[in-house]
Amino acid sequence: MTNHWIDLKNSDCILIMGSNAAENHPISFKYVTMAQQSGGKVISVDPRFTRTSSKADIYAPLRSGTDIAFLGGMIKYILENKLYNEDYVVNYTNATFLLNNDYAFKDGLFSGFDPQKKSYNKSTWTFVNDEKGIPKRDLTLKDPRCVINLLKDHYSRYDLALVSKITGTPEANLMEVYKAYAATGEKGKAGTIMYAMGWTQHTVGVQNIRAMSIIQSLLANMGVAGGGVNALRGESNVQGSTDQALLWHILPGYTNIPKASQASLDVFLASIKPESKDPMSVNWKQNYPKYAVSMFKSFFGENATKENEFGYHLLPKPDDGKSYSWLDIFDEMYKGSIKGFFAWGMNPACSSSNAGKVRKGMAKLDWMVNVNLFDNETGSFWKGPGMKPSKIKTEVFMLPAAVSVEKEGSITNSGRWMQWRYEGPKPLGNSKPDGDIIMELGNMLKEAYKKDGGQFPDPILKLKWDYMTNGKYDPHKIAKEINGYFLEDATVNNQAFKKGDLVPSFVFLQGDGKTSSGNWIYSGSYTGKGNMSARKSQKDVASNIGLFPEFAWAWPVNRRIIYNRAAVDMTGKPNDEKRWVVKYTFEQKDGKYVPGKWEGDVPDGPAPPLQNPDGTPRADGKHPFIMQKDGLAAIFGPGLADGPFPEHYEPMECPVEKNFMSGQLVNPTAPVYGTDADTFATCDPRFPYVGTTYRVSEHWQTGLMTRPQAWLLELQPQVFVEMSEELAKLKGIKNGERVKVASVRGAIECTAVVTKRFKPFKIGDSIVHEVGMPYNFGWRWPVSGKEESPNLLTPSTGDPNTRIPETKAFMVNISKIKRG
Amino acid sequence: MSKSFFIDTTVCTACRGCQVACKQWKNLPAEITKNRGTIENPADVSFNTYKVVRMREEVIDGKLRWLFFPEQCRHCIEPPCLDTAGDKSAIFKDDATGAVIYTAKTKGLNAKEIIESCPYNIPRKGKNGALAKCDMCLDRVQNGLLPACVKTCPTGAMNFGERDEMLAIANKRLGEVKKISQAARLLDADDVRVIYLVAYNPELYHKFAVASVDNLGITRQTALAKMFRPVKNIASGLV
Repeated sequence: MTNHWIDLKNSDCILIMGSNAAENHPISFKYVTMAQQSGGKVISVDPRFTRTSSKADIYAPLRSGTDIAFLGGMIKYILENKLYNEDYVVNYTNATFLLNNDYAFKDGLFSGFDPQKKSYNKSTWTFVNDEKGIPKRDLTLKDPRCVINLLKDHYSRYDLALVSKITGTPEANLMEVYKAYAATGEKGKAGTIMYAMGWTQHTVGVQNIRAMSIIQSLLANMGVAGGGVNALRGESNVQGSTDQALLWHILPGYTNIPKASQASLDVFLASIKPESKDPMSVNWKQNYPKYAVSMFKSFFGENATKENEFGYHLLPKPDDGKSYSWLDIFDEMYKGSIKGFFAWGMNPACSSSNAGKVRKGMAKLDWMVNVNLFDNETGSFWKGPGMKPSKIKTEVFMLPAAVSVEKEGSITNSGRWMQWRYEGPKPLGNSKPDGDIIMELGNMLKEAYKKDGGQFPDPILKLKWDYMTNGKYDPHKIAKEINGYFLEDATVNNQAFKKGDLVPSFVFLQGDGKTSSGNWIYSGSYTGKGNMSARKSQKDVASNIGLFPEFAWAWPVNRRIIYNRAAVDMTGKPNDEKRWVVKYTFEQKDGKYVPGKWEGDVPDGPAPPLQNPDGTPRADGKHPFIMQKDGLAAIFGPGLADGPFPEHYEPMECPVEKNFMSGQLVNPTAPVYGTDADTFATCDPRFPYVGTTYRVSEHWQTGLMTRPQAWLLELQPQVFVEMSEELAKLKGIKNGERVKVASVRGAIECTAVVTKRFKPFKIGDSIVHEVGMPYNFGWRWPVSGKEESPNLLTPSTGDPNTRIPETKAFMVNISKIKRG
Repeated sequence: MSKSFFIDTTVCTACRGCQVACKQWKNLPAEITKNRGTIENPADVSFNTYKVVRMREEVIDGKLRWLFFPEQCRHCIEPPCLDTAGDKSAIFKDDATGAVIYTAKTKGLNAKEIIESCPYNIPRKGKNGALAKCDMCLDRVQNGLLPACVKTCPTGAMNFGERDEMLAIANKRLGEVKKISQAARLLDADDVRVIYLVAYNPELYHKFAVASVDNLGITRQTALAKMFRPVKNIASGLV
């Protein structure tokens, strides 16, 4: 979230699309309800009418996997009716930038596509610079090569009729949504988006969110209270685990992982240091080298020296161009190249797309360690449906873990709030907090490498690993390590520090080895003033917008709304005087304006705004989007694998033979794997219906913590498939009967829920039916063993940028079960 | 001190936290259920289930509505079940709160008669012959806590407090909801301590959403006609 949960209450229009917040983030509806009761509109866009839709002012159905067509139509509507906020678009976004003359888009492909490699050469996705190397801008927005005009061109194809033909959303519904949401472009109005896995789990996942970012930038909704782009995380600490880099392609704090070809620290540091020639751009990411060196000091302590390039050569470096994502891990496991596997707090036998491939892959392991609260379908895969235990050699070890309330430490919620928790009851039996398991494992690895040597033992032997107190994992030591220390006496920014002092914030981090910080974005969370995440003050800011700045701690630097400098006009005056986030007051000296101060939220940097109160420009003013190289919101976004503007492509499995938008049916850069378990069925009469997966309020993730819980199983006892009355009639299926749902990859039995809440879609000239299943089930509980995971049906493909699997749109068939 | 619930169905998301919180606080056993072609479960209130969120899909004025109704004992101001029992050791009203309380001695009552007397079809008989239903979490309320279902509600659908205060909130919300749906009304507000706000015809939410002589067994009709007006005329005096 650029904003945070409580901030939802400040919104004039909440678009809930790609999420089902009422069911899956029930507490969020406290704030959604508050917004609605203050006159805000709530819009629900979902293939199925959900508990969220039941509370919405406007509901619009759409076929799964067509969100970009839907949002592209909105972009066209905003541009053609000039509903964007012109001041904001001209001054705070890159809409004015002139694009490389060779940048082009034709029939579904952007310039630079290499069909052999299935990837883009992005050399034409660039801006035209002036003689100083600063992007050229046309503040009149008239130049045909400026970003906003190419944006207009790009989305000119997304007219209402075509969008409706693709999405299946009736034109009247599209207009209703477009009008209500575009109204937030008015000065002082705020619109927000609540999205979750309904947007990310697609072959166009990142571009779904990019499309919304463009809309939010056009409507001046970034940086303001009640606005932003807000990802509802699927688990209470997913934000924290992402921040700490529980992903293969980054190191903590969103630092790129070094590549095998980056042979020295200097080469790597140069690659993570963007350069801007524009004195008005803060270009905060140019500080990344300091953060990286401080991180390496944290990883390797005294073993990281200037001479050994701060331990750079001890880091793992993925091969260039190779991916090591979830999909890739299980592809390799299936192919037999992985021997050992830790399943830690995960249940891939149910949570993974194409779970059948995953389960077969596990049978090829020598060993598996299952760290979890209870046994699950993963640890017991060898005795699951279709498995012959006598033929499986995998040895499985179970390490019982303590549940969250039994241990001390922090979680970081979707709103980036790091919140400290204390230990409640003691862990049961032999179960241990994850921290203890990791620490002990690390100690034993160190001993083993010390004793036996082995291939390249230094990364393990030289790792700093002193986070225990009296033989137990100490979460305070880790939290302080993440915050960072001064490792020598130093004077930084005119303040003197002693060796061993905690760093007050990342502003003080150094690139010469004098400081450490395990994760720069958390620097400031545990300082000389104490554990900031344990704070409980309920005092709000003057504008009463629910920031509660002394409750817990938000990264970065306790900023509650990111890009908040975009919430003020060029002179620092809030665009929304009532729900103001920050404001700047200049001082006057000898008849001249001199720097004054910001009030409200922690601003994105202390520099004054771009103009004086009388409208004269300031040489020391800064652009608001400090994390962007050019300081402006990226309407044109050249960084992604699949294009600088979002484009509609069909899901990898889809019900149409042709993409009505272009000659390119699917995302040309989406990953495809080559094993016999990687089959797809598009426009295959055997699998004529669109399938999707979701969650229910009553179960948690794969249901490991809830399916054995009788009160929750009472509410949702069985896996079900929801379908329209029309489809049920077509198939002769009665409400409540058990049916078979199959994809080309697998089949499961479900209870039919025949409902008015699913309706057939009119796609082109055809009627397309969609069905949906909750993914929260698995054979281990309930004890009947018959309530299996719908992920047995989903495919192994996903987004080319993140490789998150496409579990939200695939093709299935549904049939009655013939008994006896 | 006289207590009431205000249940605003217009903001209920049917998360069913209230259903689970009720079972958890009272440590009531789960029922073995099946998906019956709806996610509403269990199928009915029972000796072990005091609260069921009813879910109904209705097309109203051409638009699909999913109506949620967290059903529970209404704690009637003049409870017919109490009259019918005529045994204060089995069914009594807590003076301080107005909660209608069933004790283990309900075992000695004619269960069928008690159930039939309830205009909302709430009490249920257990295997041992005793009757059970919501008790307003009297143990919590007497200790200054909210009932478990109210405590857990994320959206403000479940409210509990002094009767005057609840009526005030109920009427304020009624005014707001009326602007969106003319059919909005409070259900039997004068007669019960669990006041529901609905946006549409209450019969669409649940058969027993409002009291009606039609809901009663023949034997009790005459005795209770004085209390409960026919459904068509129950326009709350508060509107």
